[in-house]
Amino acid sequence: MEVEILSRIQFAFTVAFHYIYPPLSIGIGLLMVIFETTYIRTKKKEYEVLAKFWTKIFAITFGIGVVTGIVMEFEFGTNWATYSRYVGDIFGSALAAEGIFAFALESSALGVLLFGWNRVKPWVHLVATWAVFLGSMFSAVWIVVANSWQQTPAGYHIVGEGMQARAEILDFWAMVFNPSSVDRLTHVWIGAFLAGTFLILSVHAYYLLKGRYVVLSKKAFKITLVVAVISSLAQLATGHSSADGVAVNQPAKLAAMEGHFEAEGPADLYLIGWVDKKNQEVTGIKIPGGLSFMLHQDFETPVTGLNAFPEEDRPSQVNAVFQFYHLMVAIGMFLIALSLFALIQWKRGKLFENKWLLWVFVFTAILPQLANQFGWFAAEMGRQPWVVYGLLRTSDALSKSVQANQVLFSLILFFIVYSILFLLFIYLMNKAIQKGPQSDIDFDEGSLNQQITEVITNK
Amino acid sequence: MADTLFGLDYPSWWFLVVGGLFAGYAILDGFDFGAGGWHMFFKQDSSRDTALKAIDPTWHGNEVWLVIGGGTLFAGFPVFYGTLFSAMYTPFILFLLFIIFRGISIKFRNMEPMQWWRRMWDWSYSISSIMLAFLLGVVLGNILHGMPLDNNFEYVGGGFFEFLNPFSILVGITGVALFMMHGAIYLLLKTEGKLYSRMQQFLNIGMLFFVISYTITTLYGLFTLEHLLTPYMENKIFFAVPLLVFLSIANVPRLARKEKYGWAFVFTSITIALLLAVVALELYPTLLLSSDNQENSITIYNAAASTKTLKIMMGFVAVGGPLVIMYSYFVYRTFWGKVKTDTEGY
Ligand code: HDD
Ligand code: HEM
Ligand code: HEM
Repeated sequence: MEVEILSRIQFAFTVAFHYIYPPLSIGIGLLMVIFETTYIRTKKKEYEVLAKFWTKIFAITFGIGVVTGIVMEFEFGTNWATYSRYVGDIFGSALAAEGIFAFALESSALGVLLFGWNRVKPWVHLVATWAVFLGSMFSAVWIVVANSWQQTPAGYHIVGEGMQARAEILDFWAMVFNPSSVDRLTHVWIGAFLAGTFLILSVHAYYLLKGRYVVLSKKAFKITLVVAVISSLAQLATGHSSADGVAVNQPAKLAAMEGHFEAEGPADLYLIGWVDKKNQEVTGIKIPGGLSFMLHQDFETPVTGLNAFPEEDRPSQVNAVFQFYHLMVAIGMFLIALSLFALIQWKRGKLFENKWLLWVFVFTAILPQLANQFGWFAAEMGRQPWVVYGLLRTSDALSKSVQANQVLFSLILFFIVYSILFLLFIYLMNKAIQKGPQSDIDFDEGSLNQQITEVITNK
Repeated sequence: MADTLFGLDYPSWWFLVVGGLFAGYAILDGFDFGAGGWHMFFKQDSSRDTALKAIDPTWHGNEVWLVIGGGTLFAGFPVFYGTLFSAMYTPFILFLLFIIFRGISIKFRNMEPMQWWRRMWDWSYSISSIMLAFLLGVVLGNILHGMPLDNNFEYVGGGFFEFLNPFSILVGITGVALFMMHGAIYLLLKTEGKLYSRMQQFLNIGMLFFVISYTITTLYGLFTLEHLLTPYMENKIFFAVPLLVFLSIANVPRLARKEKYGWAFVFTSITIALLLAVVALELYPTLLLSSDNQENSITIYNAAASTKTLKIMMGFVAVGGPLVIMYSYFVYRTFWGKVKTDTEGY
């Protein structure tokens, strides 16, 4: 295989693996902050137990997130040397800012968060928890800005020629607020909230089904459900806004997402479908003119299609982009439906009565994870064949001095090591969850009276 | 170079910033690596536990200096970043894998009580710490050594084994020795009782190991790599720095004998910084010497990002630098003093 393919596989593999963990950390971090803040304000012991328990889980996701992050920073240099030289001026500064402003805060505060329960005052600990959470939110800012710049470059000019051409910053803020960064950052953040909240819902639903930590889990479930409802609705809004942006800034990508070939014509919206690139056909269930309507509020308005671009400027994996995009949207819709349904059941006082509903929650934890992966795959494969949209081709961005056998070797190593990491992750998570929150008060016993009172007063 | 700040142009400033960050990194992660290097020499599980707890709350913060150093290098000298990393592809990939193993060993060792589990992570922690110190040295050695580059600053030499030349191996070993000496002192600050006396013996071995490997490396470098001496010959005043290195190293055993480990730690830290200063003086303004055709060497001028970017990032460093130091100070203060062996933490 060629260096290009191998390097692309390696980068996609390592970054996709990394992206399992940070969203969990960000999302769990949000709830950790909520639980601990509630504890400090109400002094109720159960919130402390929740905060500590989720901190334990957080430590696992965070640990793996950190060790897998450094890999990509280095990979820009090792595998994409030409790209590094080309974008260093712009991209490097975002990466440096990320280190200085986000990771330093996060990692220092983490020491206190994990080891400081008995060493610092409760409010100092709370500040540390907030700092870790905000630090992780910041981590997402700079890297997504950098990536958005590659999708929709702005605020730069090109100097030099041929192999030595490079992009230089003209306007820093125009670079930071490039046309897609705000939409994509909010979409990524909320995607992370969803990953975290649905994991928490899953675990507590599991405890409820097993009859463990019942009172604690009900509390946690309700608080988390509120966050899930808000996030899943907000995700639709930011996703829609992203799609509007893609239509304007990366029309070839949007055309691939919907399998729209005709150069200028009304575009359909598919619920599901299969793209046959050779015959330029999509088979599936569609709303005729639906995409035109989404973008222009009119079923007839033409939308630029793939055929408007020369063959070499189109994404080659149209069907893959289409499928990833549609799966993400489908998952988004399902999350909205599920969380709203649960909310309604809660209002009716039946939230915890349906076993099947709880079981659905147990398994839903995987879906936001998948949506996050699919979203990135759609966004990144839709950007091809460009590494920097319209400016630098992926095939030109490679390290010229690296040989295929070196990349093959490293790819195999990463594959082995990451498989071990993943198994460890599953093992440790499972173990921490089975062990459950630890507390000196057993809420389930101690709260039996409370439950009985509930039953008596309700019925 | 019209644009200057206090009489120094921006690429030179950035050379100082990146150099300073890597010095900070070497000092901080240096003692972590060193502590890891000694790890397998402790016999008891409880000693290993204590030694690990000594670095647990802070190692991650230390590693962030690498992330920041990498980012500032990428941003400031993208040409150098691309060339060096792609040239030394395999060493860097190995470096990453050891970073991963080391990180997870620290995180996961204490999550299970089983003996085999703990031993496994102990080994992985110790080996990866040593290998990281060694690989850092190998990279540094190759930068000092130079490598063949073409006129697009692309590396045109051979693969992995080309980088294992004798000089780089020597620098790698010296790196391990330096960090183990430094790490032994750190552990002395954090331990008590039997482990403490054991560390005192280790420190003596560490100091000896360092002095021997450092001397051999220096002599070997002086005889085989003349280009390293040129800047010193042109500016005799530069010799003051190696002299300071010598004084600073000499101070370490003196303070160790008086059990003033706090000060000894300060001096091993200074030694690390000064050794990097020696390297910086040998290189400046070159970053990577092209060994077959000097014309193609990468310098801070042909590798630098635009002055605008450098200015923006000087701003970041001016604002962020004090913040980073403040956080670090706070964390170290929170965990100051000897390791407590009660079960604390999450
Ligand atoms: C700031 C930069 C950046 C960020 C934040 C991401 N990527 Fe990316 N991605 C790249 C920068 C990049 C790149 C360096 O530009 C690549 C390498 C080759 C290419 O074409 O683009 C790339 C390629 C690439 C590919 C291969 C596309 C192809 O070759 O067809 C996939 C599947 C992903 N990425 C997935 C992800 C995921 C799951 C991310 C979530 C964390 C992610 N990317 C974040
Ligand atoms: C190619 C892209 C990326 C690079 C180069 C990268 C780099 C890194 C690095 C170096 C670390 C470790 C920092 C440390 O030692 O503390 C890290 C951790 C982290 N990254 Fe990434 N990252 C990338 C993608 C992303 C994305 C897209 C997000 C968005 C959510 C993200 C969020 C985080 C977070 C929150 C952490 C802290 C650890 C954790 O929570 O798991 N990263 N990343
Ligand atoms: C509900 C309907 C949704 C719509 C309409 C939508 C729309 C989009 C669009 C258009 C993009 C591509 C943006 C670009 O290339 O610039 C995208 C990317 C992405 N989506 Fe979604 N999305 C939805 C739901 C979700 C959900 C539920 C998640 C995760 C839980 C998610 C996670 C992502 C991620 C991580 C990316 C890649 C980052 C980015 O490009 O913003 N999306 N989404």
